[in-house]
Formats: sequence, structure tokens, C-alpha cells
Amino acid sequence: MAEIGPLEAAGGLTAPRGLRLPRLSGQRLLVLWLPALLVTGAVVLPIFYLVIRASEAGTGTRALLLRPQTALILGNSIGLALAVTLASWLLGGGLALLTVRTDLPGRRLWAILSALPLAVPSYVGAYLLAAALGPRGLVQELLEPLVGVTRLPSIYGFPGAFLSLTLLSYPYVLLPVRAALHRMDPALEESARSLGHNGWGVLRRVTLPQLMPAMLAGGLLVALYSLRDFGAVSLLRFTTFTRAIYLQYQSAFDRSSAAALSLVLVALTVVLLALELRGRRGGDHYASTGAGGRPPALIRLGPWRWPALIVCALLVGVALVLPTVVLGYWLLRALEAGPDLTTLLLSTRNSLLASGLAAAVTVIAALPIVVLSARYPSNRSRWLDRLSHIGFALPGVVVALALVFFGLRGAPWLYQTLPMLILAYLILFLPQATGTLRPSLIQIPRQLEESGRSLGQRPLTVFRRVTLPLLRPGLLASAALVFLTTMKELQATLLLGPLGFRTLATEIWSAVSEAFFAEAAGPALVLILTCSLPMAYFVLRDQP
Amino acid sequence: MRLINQIMFFNITTGPWEACTLMDRYGRRRIFVALVITLTLITTGCGPQSGPAAGPDPQAEPQPGVGDLPGGMLTVYSGRSESLVGPILQRLTQDTGIGTGVRWGSTSELAVTLLEEGKRSPADLFFAQDPGGLGAVAHLFTPLPQEILDRVDQRFRDPNGRWVGLSGRARVVVYNTNALTEADLPTSLEGFTDPAWRGRIGWAPTNASFQTMVTAMRSVWGEDVTRAWLEAMQANEPIGYDGNTPIVAAVGAGEVEVGLVNHYYLYRFLAEEGDSFPARNYFLPDAGPGSLVMVAGIGVLESSTNKEAAFALVEYLLSADAQTYFAEQTNEYPLAAGVEPAADLTPLAELNAIDLPLTELADLEGTVTLLRETGVLP
Repeated sequence: MAEIGPLEAAGGLTAPRGLRLPRLSGQRLLVLWLPALLVTGAVVLPIFYLVIRASEAGTGTRALLLRPQTALILGNSIGLALAVTLASWLLGGGLALLTVRTDLPGRRLWAILSALPLAVPSYVGAYLLAAALGPRGLVQELLEPLVGVTRLPSIYGFPGAFLSLTLLSYPYVLLPVRAALHRMDPALEESARSLGHNGWGVLRRVTLPQLMPAMLAGGLLVALYSLRDFGAVSLLRFTTFTRAIYLQYQSAFDRSSAAALSLVLVALTVVLLALELRGRRGGDHYASTGAGGRPPALIRLGPWRWPALIVCALLVGVALVLPTVVLGYWLLRALEAGPDLTTLLLSTRNSLLASGLAAAVTVIAALPIVVLSARYPSNRSRWLDRLSHIGFALPGVVVALALVFFGLRGAPWLYQTLPMLILAYLILFLPQATGTLRPSLIQIPRQLEESGRSLGQRPLTVFRRVTLPLLRPGLLASAALVFLTTMKELQATLLLGPLGFRTLATEIWSAVSEAFFAEAAGPALVLILTCSLPMAYFVLRDQP
Repeated sequence: MRLINQIMFFNITTGPWEACTLMDRYGRRRIFVALVITLTLITTGCGPQSGPAAGPDPQAEPQPGVGDLPGGMLTVYSGRSESLVGPILQRLTQDTGIGTGVRWGSTSELAVTLLEEGKRSPADLFFAQDPGGLGAVAHLFTPLPQEILDRVDQRFRDPNGRWVGLSGRARVVVYNTNALTEADLPTSLEGFTDPAWRGRIGWAPTNASFQTMVTAMRSVWGEDVTRAWLEAMQANEPIGYDGNTPIVAAVGAGEVEVGLVNHYYLYRFLAEEGDSFPARNYFLPDAGPGSLVMVAGIGVLESSTNKEAAFALVEYLLSADAQTYFAEQTNEYPLAAGVEPAADLTPLAELNAIDLPLTELADLEGTVTLLRETGVLP
């Protein structure tokens, strides 16, 4: 960082509108566009598959699509996605501010713990939530002797789905916002203060606008996650579009109707993407030179630290401690029966291998797309970035079937091998990488790159020596995000993994689906633990 | 070889990160490198024999290579879970030398995958949880030899001889023993339409077994009576669960008092929670769709290149040994003639099960439509 140090003073607050990097020559354009187009091509494969299958649909499908029920289910999906996104903004944004910018006691611990619910698979989290908060669940059992409650109000339906999805997906907002806060130049806030703004004014007029790209990107991920989730909504019995798609496969083995329904989900995603693009306007111009700069002054919470602590404790308690305690209880019983360590080790190894590869490949694949859309903005590059999000809204089984379809026809030698599984993960999780990388890249002032170029360095050298080091927190955060979600991915792993490829997620699913709860505890705890290690590393690294 | 490539690739891809850390001033590099090394060690440490291509079963002793297995290697798509049928497939390899590589999944998703794969499928056999899944891909199956089919009663195999049932499950009512005794329960499913049962019933409309039961109702009772029953049940506001397991859990917790399920899930809970688990099965005494016996079965894919071994596998699963396994370990009904179910199960013959040919249970589409029209399914 020493060589760019002197430039920090020159790094302006915002890049003036209209200032563009010099036009790329054809060859350099190819270096970015070719990989970007290849990756996007892979990501939209499922759409082609869906169109092919949906075009075979008969009158039954039309009737299914046009019944009033469909509108209701669509409304369910949209309502759930909206509610979960809003709640995640509050929770994720609030927690990021609390753990990065205030003197909250034990904030490093909270920072680690509050990101961990992401490691809990939704089919486990929702199950445990229902077991705890159900009408006759653990909480009721505890309350009955105290206050005589014999039955809690039902959490099934919207409340349960909303609660579990929010608790499992708010880290999608938390992580990018935390990364953005770390990148932020404290000079901006100090200037605002010196101009007479109070804390709230600074937050509203300086901090939040700078966080907008990260909030929007994270919110988009949460919305898409809520649209595609199957585990939580089916266990908590809230009929969303994704559940309706699964019912088509489950009850009727009807690929055409399922494809037609999935295309509606795709259309909904496109609307969301367009909305985010609109919201993003104006948010793209904030850049700072924060890297290696001073850490900002911490906000003193004073008496507010108690409510803040209670919120943190409640959240971590429900989203993390509760599942872990139940799993620990199951584990005790599993230990009585004698644990099967060989299988556990093997599935851990497979999970790490697949998720590590997926994280590396996905982040690398995301780079050209992100650089194009952030550094060479045009309608084309923006839509490239948007298209990369398509896979994330599709249920895992749809993406898996698309690769079954194309894989067997186009590349039978790759069928059901690890590379094909990694490709499925790439399609499913690319938006997590682009969504986290893009805000980080935007916060790096272009002037730094331009200065590098003006010193006679080739663009790739500048990228390697200036951009990449500054981008590193973003790179690692996006790799971590992809890693975590790959660890718990189930559908594509089951259908596309090499034969006998057991991962922690498949082990958990296999045990829970047949009520072998004790057998699920070991893999589930290892999963949460494995995911918490990289999390702990980031937090400790970011908060010296 | 593939594994080596993966490891190399993994190491190469970490390159840029390490390059970044060169810029670092805080000694973070060491931590990071250590992390990468640990990860690499863990991911490669189990040695080449446990690579992804290394074989289906890590629990067994080191797997002999394909060439060492006299019976050859078969690819099985299994909609039945590993905890239930994994052990019997291991025994198969020990006893017959036929190795299996298994893709575990849910019956419906594997069936759809088979449909998508068509003739190109790498699978030799499909082991399914329910007749619906088998029926959906029956056109991809090859007819089974008559001597295999003959081991099983006609009621429990495909009329066209393309698949055969291996084990049976009976529809039962599971009830909470703290809230009810058997005397409180009706003698047939019709009894649950009584308004007294409002809000006390759990069922699983999305579950294949439930849907097969409704198909049986349509066949036995007729379309109109079934519709009336469904509507009357709906009026009683039953609580819809995602499957049999959550229903049994809910009945045990007292969230609902009765549940319409398959019989064998309860035994898992009794094994986990002990006999104090306050739920028991009740076999409806009146003959009818409420005591339907359904099968989990298997078929051999037409595209299989090793059909002889595949037939041998089916034959093995119908042997007295394997059938006893199903009776004792999974608490299901053995279907091959001459093997008795576990002592505490009502024998098949006394179940008063309706005598319904499997062809009558094929119209799943009509059932799903009816369930939609009555609002039972969304």
C-alpha cells in the first residue's frame, strides 16, 4: 500500500460525472467482455431450458397459470420477499453499524456471531424454529409451568416463514454493509460534523448514502433468497411460488408446468433487478480512499448500549444459540450411539472441497462482470450484471435439471462430475459474488487507477497492483458468502454431484428427512463451526 | 487423475489472494496462508482413495476397485434414504460381489431427473419411495423376469411387470396417547368429518402417500363421495404438514391429536425418544382407503448396460435375508412370500386392506386436480 499512499490525499470524494476511463481498445475489451459473456451465457442456460420445457406445455398448464390462485401465490411470494428485505435492512444495516462504528461492548464477538446464521441451512433453521416456537414447542413447554400457557399462537404460515427467512438471510445485508463501512473514508463524516451536523444528520446525509449500493445489493440478495427458498416455506407451510413449482414436480412429475411457473418467477426477478437498478442511480458516485486510512472515531452509545446489547443477544439467541442448543442435545444422544467419524470426516472434506472451489471459481468469474459494470458503465454492461442475478432466484432443482438437460446433451463426459457441480454453484451463487464485489469496487476511486495508468503502467498491472489490493476485503467477503451458501446447498448437490458425493448438507438432509435427528446433529454442528471459522477470521482481521 | 487436477486447480485459484497478501503490513499474511494450507490439507488429507470418484460407501472397508467386484458396479438412484436402505446395499456387496454407487435424493426429484435424462441416463436402477414415482418413469424401465415378479403378490407390483414392490407401508392414524385412547377414534376415515374433530387433525396433502390414498378413495368411493369427504375434512380445518415425519412430531408434541400417516415413521420416534413418546399407531378397523397398503419398489432402467447384475440386485432385495431386514430394521411389511413382519405390526392379511389393483392408483393427475379444486392443495 506504500506506493499508493501519496495519492490518498489526492483521491477526491466523488468522481465527476462524465469522467470516463479512456476507451478500451478492442483487445482489452475482449479480455473483459469475453469472459463476462461466457459466464453470463452459463448463467442464463436455465432460462433456455425453461423456455424449451414450457413450450411443450399443454392446456393444463395454461389453466394452472390463469387460475386466480396463481395471483394469490404470486402475491404471497412478493409480500414475503418485501417484508423479509425490509426487516433484513433494519437488522443487517443496524447490526453492521453497531458492530463496526460503535463502542458496543464485545462488538467483535457480536460481529462474528451475528453473521453466523447464514451458516444454518434453511431446512434445519426452519425445523428448529418450528420445534421451538410451535404451538406446543420448547418455548411453550418452558412457559407452561411459569404462566400456564398451554398453546402458543400458531407460527405457521406467513409469520413463521417471515421470521425464519429474515433470521437466516439478514447477513446478506450485514456482510456487504460491514465491508462498505470498513472502506469508508472517515474524513467525509468529520467534514459533515464540522459543518454543524449532529450524529443523526451525518448518518442520514453522509453515511447512509455511501452505504446505499451495499444496502441495495444485499437487499436484492435477500429478496431473491426469499423468492427461491423452499426449505423454510414448506416446513412452515407458506405457499410461495417456489413451493408451487416444487409441488408440480412432486405431485405431478410435470416438468412443463413447473417450467412455466418458473418463468413467472424469472419475470418477477427481472422486475426486481430493474427496480434495484433504478434505486442504484445516484448511489454509484461515492468513492473513498479508506484503505489503510485511519479507522473512524467510534460512536459512544452511552445508555443506549443496553437496548443494543439486548437486541444483539435476542437475535443471536434465536438465530444461532437456539439451533445450536437443540443440535447439541441431539448430539449427546448421537454420542451415546457411537458417532460415525469416518463419514463425518469424508463429508466435511467434500463440503470444504466443493465450497472452496465454488468460492474461488465464482469470485473469479464475477470479476470481469463487476469491472465492466462498475468501471465501464453502459446499458450493455449494466444488463450483463443484472443477468448474472437470474440464477439466484431459481429454485435449486430447476438449475440442476437445466444442467441435466444440457449436460447430458452437450458435455456427457462432464455429467455428474465435480466440475459440473461447481458450474451449478456458479449459476446459483454468482450474484452473491457480483453483489458484494460491485459496491467494494465502486468505493475505490477511479483516480487511483488513472494515476497508475498515467505513470505508464498497463491496465492489467494497475488492476493487479492498485485495484486488487484495495478490493481485497470485498473479494474475501464475496468468497466467504459463496463458500457459506455452497456449504449448505442441497438440491444441485444431490442431483449433480459425483456418485456417492456426500457433503455435510446431504448428510443432514438424509438424516432429518427420516427423523434420525441424532444423526443430523454431528454434520450440522460441523457445518456451523466450519462456516464460523472464516467468519471469525474476517472479523478479527477487519477490526484490529 | 481428476482429483489431482482439482487440487492443482484449487491451489492455482488461491494464487491471486496470496499475491494480495504481499501488500499486507499487518502480518495477516501468515494467518491467511495458514488458513489456506489448513483448508488444502483438510480437503486433500483423506487421501486419494476418498476422492469424489472413489466410490459410494465410505463406511465400508476400503472399497475394492470396480474390477475387483465379480458382480460389477451398478448405479442406483434411490429415493429411499441412506439411513434406511444403505445397510442392506452394503450387505448386497458382501454377499453377491455386486457393487453399488448410489445417488440419494427425494423420489420425485430423482424421477424428474430420470425423465430429463431419458435414454442417456447413467442409472441402472431406480429405488423409489412410492408407486407414483415408479409409475412416472415406468416407460423407461425394462420388464422384469417373471420369476422375480412372482415372488411378490400381484397387488404389490406393476401390472405390466416393469417394477416390483420391495416393502409395504400401511396407512394408519397416529394419535396422541395423552389426549386420546383407541376408543375415542372412529372406525374409518369417514368418522373424522365429524365437527368434533375440528382443528385436531394433521395431514400432509403434498405427500405422495396421502395423494395415493386419495386416489384409492376415488377408485373405491367414487369421485363425488371423495370430493364430499375432502370438503367435509376441509371444514374441520385440518393442519397441513410437509410430510409424515413432522406430523408424527406434532402429534407427539400435542400440537394436533391425530394424524393421517404411514405406519413406520412412529417407530423412528419411539427409537429416538423412548417408549414414553406419547403417540401410537391406530389401524382403522373398517376396510377402506384408510388402511391402504402402499409399496416402495424398484425398477431396472431400459438403458442399463448391466441388466443381469441389476436383476440380481432386485432378486437379492427380495431374498428372505433382505426382506427380514425390511421387517426388522425399517419396520415395514416384507412383501416377498414367506417372510413375516415385525411382531407388533398387524399382519398384512388382517389389515382389511382393500383389494385394489395398482393400475387403479395410477391417476395421480386426477387426484391433484381434485385436491386443488377442493382447496386442499394450493
